[in-house]
Amino acid sequence: MEAAVADRRLRRDLDRGIVAGVLAGFARRLNADPLVVRIAFIAITVATGGLALLGYALAWGLMPGDGALARPAASRARRGISPLTGRWRVALGVGFLTLGALLAFRELGLWWSDALVWPLVLAASGATLLWRQSRQRAEEEIAEVSPATRPAPARPESRFTDLYRGGFGVALVVGAALLFLSANDALGGVRDAAFAAIIAILALALILAPFLWRLGRNLAAERAERIRSQERAELAAHLHDSVLQTLTLMQKRADDPREVATLARRQERELRSWLFGGARPEGESLAGALEAAASEVEEAHGVPVEVVAVGDRPLDERSQALVGAAREALTNAAKFAPDAGPVSLYAEVEGGRAQVFVHDRGPGFDPDSIPADRRGLRESVFGRMERHGGNAEVRSRPGEGTEVELTMEVGE
Amino acid sequence: MTAKPSVVIVDDHEIFRAGVRAELEGLVDVLADVGSVEAAVREIGERKPDVALLDVHMPGGGGVEVIRQVAESRPAQRFLALSVSDAAEDVIAVVRAGARGYVTKSISGPELADAVARVRDGDAVFSPRLAGFVLDAFAGQIPEGEVDPELDQLTMREREVLRLIARGYLYKEIALELSISPKTVEAHVSAVLRKLQLSNRHELSRWAVERRLVD
Repeated sequence: MEAAVADRRLRRDLDRGIVAGVLAGFARRLNADPLVVRIAFIAITVATGGLALLGYALAWGLMPGDGALARPAASRARRGISPLTGRWRVALGVGFLTLGALLAFRELGLWWSDALVWPLVLAASGATLLWRQSRQRAEEEIAEVSPATRPAPARPESRFTDLYRGGFGVALVVGAALLFLSANDALGGVRDAAFAAIIAILALALILAPFLWRLGRNLAAERAERIRSQERAELAAHLHDSVLQTLTLMQKRADDPREVATLARRQERELRSWLFGGARPEGESLAGALEAAASEVEEAHGVPVEVVAVGDRPLDERSQALVGAAREALTNAAKFAPDAGPVSLYAEVEGGRAQVFVHDRGPGFDPDSIPADRRGLRESVFGRMERHGGNAEVRSRPGEGTEVELTMEVGE
Repeated sequence: MTAKPSVVIVDDHEIFRAGVRAELEGLVDVLADVGSVEAAVREIGERKPDVALLDVHMPGGGGVEVIRQVAESRPAQRFLALSVSDAAEDVIAVVRAGARGYVTKSISGPELADAVARVRDGDAVFSPRLAGFVLDAFAGQIPEGEVDPELDQLTMREREVLRLIARGYLYKEIALELSISPKTVEAHVSAVLRKLQLSNRHELSRWAVERRLVD
């Protein structure tokens, strides 16, 4: 619905447009082929003696752009529209438009000499190139503020084409100026002065080039250094907030080995996920939620939990029930096998089915006669799984540890 | 399983080397402990330990580099990776380079001694975490055409064994659960190790990288 409404608005269609997308925009609004609209426009232009071109220029100014070209360079590149040819086409188009407008004026009886018209056309094209380029620059600089969204590899090449295009734009404008002057015979006396000026500029460039080059390099180095020091500061802040705090706590609790072990373990888990990027967002994925549940139980009971997860899926209601049951099974293992080494949690998501195994090496029990103090297992684990269409099994023998198996169909 | 196995411990953290030495005291014969790749290559070449205990991360190339250099003169040298590293690509890389197993540093002394003895005897040692990594790496379909069924896929039995390892079962418990002999369990694990080392299934190299991107 939203998209349909947006489509009804009159916008320049930058994807299909040739110059500025004005006609393509009209075509989209009228549900017509852009070609038909373009032919109609040319007919109107001829009929009105070029006045319609003014209308075009007006529409270009007033209609907002829409389409891939309005989006950042990255998405443009993906569509295969090179910003380069796009810019050339626009410059060419502006040249033609200017020419058209001037011809229109001639039609109305206003005509300046050829000496004015052609330089004006060239200058308009050149100025367009330069103007659009500076706008593109500003856009890129904004994009650079958030480095994650920047398409990194495109940089050096685009800088080169920038320069190339910029040079061409300048050449067009300067050429236009020279053309104008020479056409008006104003150049004769100026020629010597211009020659001297060019030599002076060349010499100046030779003198300044190394300096400018060094300046550029220094700026780059400074920038790299700034990024590095930012990273260092972030690292230091993180270590301070986590590792140093924990180490201080551990020294305070040195008389309680279990507490110390728990603290160390929690810190290890936290640092590990930070270092190796293994941190799965807790609220979003099944494996992340299981990790979180495991570290909660570790903290509450001081029993290490070894988590191994294969595959993952987004967290939905069923997965949440599975996590809840797993947490309960872990709590049980921690309560009844507190000194039997780490509890293993293995989770596997495959083919629309999620399975969790919680395994301890504690004293075990006879599952046929679940002791009264293990009601938690019956209700919180079995009950919860069955309510959500899952299944729970427990395998245990006195003296051989306990394993709880949780199975939930979660769909693809 | 007769004499105590001899080991050289390679790790760039001295505190950790001392800790491992203390834990293995009386269980294995620690010939030397070294803190750099060059020292490791030299000591392993000279002392010829049954097993070299390798840290994955070290300045100068880490465990992978040690394996590469030692293999030139002692192709039969056995390695066991011992690491705190959880980065799957590092672990897989060191196993693919030739380590016969991977255990985490939280392992207890007797368990580590047992793992060393198994590696000396030519078996593979998979911690639950490594089993998880391998299941993950071999999961899913691979495109037709580039499949070498011998190497690029795990058999059902091998998957079952890996799953049980990941669930925290010991080899003898796995044997009991699957009604096979412990020797057969070991044969399955060794087969998985061989596939892990020889398969050129491109997922194995790329998967770890992609995983990082996903996270």
